[in-house]
Amino acid sequence: MRYLPKSPADREAMLKAIGARSVDDLFAPIPAEYRLSRDLKVPRQMAESEIVDWFRERSRENGDGYTTFLGAGAYYHYRPVIIDSLISRGEFLTAYTPYQAEISQGTLQSIFEFQSMICELTGMDVANASMYDGSTAAAEAVMMAVRLTGRRSAVIARSVHPEYREVLETYAHNQGLPLTVVPFGGDGGVDLKALEKSVSQQTACVLIQSPNFLGALEDVTAIADLAHRNGALLVVSIAEAVSLGIVEPPRAADIVAMEAQSFGVPLGFGGPYCGVIATREQYVRQMPGRLVGQTTDRSGKRGFVLTLATREQHIRREKATSNICTNQALVALMANIFMTIYGKIGLRELAKHNLAKSAYAAQQFSRHAKLTFPGHPRFNEFVIQTSEDPYAINSRLLGHKIVGGLPLKKFYPELGHASVWCCTELTTRTAIDTAVGLVAQSEGSVKSAHEEADVQEVAQ
Amino acid sequence: MKHATRKATRHVNQNEGLIFEKSSPGKSAWRLPPLDVPEVDASQLLGAAERKDLGNMPEVSEIEIIRHFTRLSTWNYAIDLGMYPLGSCTMKYNPRVNEVVSRLDGIANGHPYQPEKISQGAMRIIRTLSDCLIEITGMDAITLQPAAGAHGELTGLLLIRAYHQSTGNPRKKILIPDSAHGTNPATAATVGYAVENLKSDARGMVDITALAAQMNEDVAALMLTNPNTLGVFEQEIARIAEIVHSKGGLLYMDGANMNALVGKVRPGDFGVDVMHLNLHKTFSTPHGGGGPGSGPVAVKKMLEPFLPTPILITKPDGTLGFEYNRPQSVGRVRAFYGNFGMFVRALAYIMANGPDGLRQTTEDAVLNANYIRKGLEGTYELPYSTPSMHEVVFSDKLQARKGVKTMDLAKRLIDYGFHPYTTAFPLIVPGALMIEPTESESKEEMDLFIKAMRSIAEEVEEDPKLVLDAPHSTRVSRLDETAAARKPVLRWKPAAS
Amino acid sequence: MSYPTDFKYTKEHEWIKADGKSATIGITHHAQESLGDIVFVDLPKVGSEISSGKSFGSVESVKAVSDLYAPASGAVTEVNGELATAPEKINQDAHGAWMVKIALKDPGELNSLLSASDYEKFVAEETGH
Repeated sequence: MRYLPKSPADREAMLKAIGARSVDDLFAPIPAEYRLSRDLKVPRQMAESEIVDWFRERSRENGDGYTTFLGAGAYYHYRPVIIDSLISRGEFLTAYTPYQAEISQGTLQSIFEFQSMICELTGMDVANASMYDGSTAAAEAVMMAVRLTGRRSAVIARSVHPEYREVLETYAHNQGLPLTVVPFGGDGGVDLKALEKSVSQQTACVLIQSPNFLGALEDVTAIADLAHRNGALLVVSIAEAVSLGIVEPPRAADIVAMEAQSFGVPLGFGGPYCGVIATREQYVRQMPGRLVGQTTDRSGKRGFVLTLATREQHIRREKATSNICTNQALVALMANIFMTIYGKIGLRELAKHNLAKSAYAAQQFSRHAKLTFPGHPRFNEFVIQTSEDPYAINSRLLGHKIVGGLPLKKFYPELGHASVWCCTELTTRTAIDTAVGLVAQSEGSVKSAHEEADVQEVAQ
Repeated sequence: MKHATRKATRHVNQNEGLIFEKSSPGKSAWRLPPLDVPEVDASQLLGAAERKDLGNMPEVSEIEIIRHFTRLSTWNYAIDLGMYPLGSCTMKYNPRVNEVVSRLDGIANGHPYQPEKISQGAMRIIRTLSDCLIEITGMDAITLQPAAGAHGELTGLLLIRAYHQSTGNPRKKILIPDSAHGTNPATAATVGYAVENLKSDARGMVDITALAAQMNEDVAALMLTNPNTLGVFEQEIARIAEIVHSKGGLLYMDGANMNALVGKVRPGDFGVDVMHLNLHKTFSTPHGGGGPGSGPVAVKKMLEPFLPTPILITKPDGTLGFEYNRPQSVGRVRAFYGNFGMFVRALAYIMANGPDGLRQTTEDAVLNANYIRKGLEGTYELPYSTPSMHEVVFSDKLQARKGVKTMDLAKRLIDYGFHPYTTAFPLIVPGALMIEPTESESKEEMDLFIKAMRSIAEEVEEDPKLVLDAPHSTRVSRLDETAAARKPVLRWKPAAS
Repeated sequence: MSYPTDFKYTKEHEWIKADGKSATIGITHHAQESLGDIVFVDLPKVGSEISSGKSFGSVESVKAVSDLYAPASGAVTEVNGELATAPEKINQDAHGAWMVKIALKDPGELNSLLSASDYEKFVAEETGH
């Protein structure tokens, strides 16, 4: 087998040195009744060309070449080519966790730069080296708030990504932590009156997302005030990292739980992505995940090390701030390089392009459908309501190799035939105009939607 | 140094600064195409929410970025350069075809919410990998949702809790051997279970008498690693499973050490009810400096109803789809479906091997560990004489007489061009040297490693200071971790003007 | 190392000095030696209750964390603020770098603790292994 660097002669010599007759001797500790005497039923050994062909077929069956208007927590942005050139270097790709600092300075310094840039963008004092993704980062941030305040309940906005809320429910349920869900108002943002009624002296934190799942920017200052007045912390989740180029970061937050996938990480059918937690200096010892710190070596040279490790599982074991061990290091490196490429000016320009594309699309759609939350500040996503079922609309769009906005019935049934659409710098005007045209078609002929047998097939 | 043989090692001495130190207004590495829609006035659209300034974010050119990260990379050790003898990490070759197939357009750019009609490719990958992993583990069902091993452990324990709750007694504790990886007790606590320590016997294996005494109806599960962190196979696994099952408990297996078992034995066959796998260990997905990983959890039939939502099903028309209506599910542990990019890589690895390759891989992994054990026996103390599978644990007892500890030996190993083995773990062996070569090491590489370790042992006798002050050949040496922890500096700040 | 005779000691290596109804608590020289460079101390707030034999905080070195066990019960009246910015004081002078002062609930609890000579013997036995 071509990955194995031993010849039959090598194996012979080694067995002789060990004093074993055959390699089966080495498996004697396994009770005989369990030892397999048959081949595993997995596909037969394939040549490299066969492997590539097999996956190429899968790629063709997976919508390659389609235009997408989907966002909802995973965003299609341009990935500058040098990201892959650099992360594909064996010294980054095949390196281990940087526990041995002397021979991991490449990894450690790049994480330090990542942490610094995340702080700069989010307005926080300290950021970690990554969490699994935005959903688990949000859940861990809430757990962190619980540890910090000693309070055992949390309030979450319904406009937070539904799957993020599901993950939080799973974590919270097992810690016996009650969660209160607060509705959004007619403008798409958190209902402040309802929020005021829900926050109490038992609330550890309020969790919001901004821009939220419906595309709306939340009033972070007002929500922070409300939380802090009650001694609760504010956790802000950010799913679309590119928004930080043009939208003020939530400086009043106590913890930011981010998803950095938009920064150069491929959509990849849902993962791997790049969660991050950033917070204020005084909370650093309750932060989960790895942290890289600057220090000097014995000759005074600057270097970097993993630090504050006593928070982590390998030392604290059952008292650790989290059980996280492996994180998303390589993906964080992609985000790091992306942030470096665009930088101070580029990230703002990139965000402006996103703003412009989606503003144009929203305006065009609003001539044929109802823009659900007009007038309220948004970034690159918006909700429309159509008279035709969005699943039927999307079925039609699919025929033109366009993937339409995400139907919201599954998550927010009260919004009826609503769907959330996203435009990024990669969405062309032609694509927008085509999509709008195809949606417009339906708005004049609602009847046909219900007669279409194909409606079911795009149900999600 | 006793022997002049030096392996390939890279520690470029050039001082590469932080990227912020190269930044200068007006430099850029980006360019956007012209806007094909009308420009917008951000202040009008966003009002007070508009951000005008991105502070100290850098401005550099493309070549500076290429040079910066290329230079940084040369300060790293990597599998591509040489062996990592790290125990239980399974640092094997990361095949490049894995990287190519994960970048095919439909796979790399598939949106997790795109309609099922155009997601059949991704779903088929998930189905095929799932089937392979079920077959490899001897279990009945699987979830690929957890993002890493620790996440898989969390999921596994949630499944255990849900199962017990459904029988009416949620139970209170988890038994964990004292040789276990730190994620095990950390995870149990996160899920709200009390952790009870299980002592190992004189052979380094589970103490059956202790287990029988501690196993009762308050214990939800035993979390076992097999082979354990000493690299030793629990020969009495049948008895262990029986004791746990007799009191209605479940047997959880930490699959970190699957590299000793694939194709030779299946955990499902020896009584395991639920286990996690580490795709970034056994299944060759790259470590990438600390992640991403992937921690699928495989289960026996009775736990299937509780698996995280959604599960993959075959619909009546033969196409694949996700099923969300799962009333007994523990819920979600992550948004979307898991680290899909790692599924692609792991599947490509399994296909490149086939059943014969997988078996040969396991045999070579165990052969390699035993070869190193034989080569270092007598030079380093072997605390347990029980046979090793894919990894071997020595101790620094002989060298400690001269005041040299395992961490010092490890640092000296760097001068010989190797990454250190795992130091100071497992906790049941004071001064441990935990070594796992994996099947990816040639006889030549291992002979160099054995020679290096023997040479270091000689140095300990003749010139201990050389070892205590190591490493001598790296760009930085013995970084001050105390200062880093007392006064943490966790981000760059511009010098005060 | 000779241990102050006006202190009492626990087997978990804490010391306590009684002064009428109040007492001062810290960790011993042996403790700081085994921990190595101390980087952080986690202490309770003024007003909180600590309970004899139970953990009341922790002390961290780079690679390890140790719980602090209360030698006696009482309410915390003072916390040594210096240790927040200079935990190394414990390494420099463990018997001078006090951690908390408490109002003793039951001064009798000290009777079951080790005297200086008993503690010295205990340490000698422990390190002899």
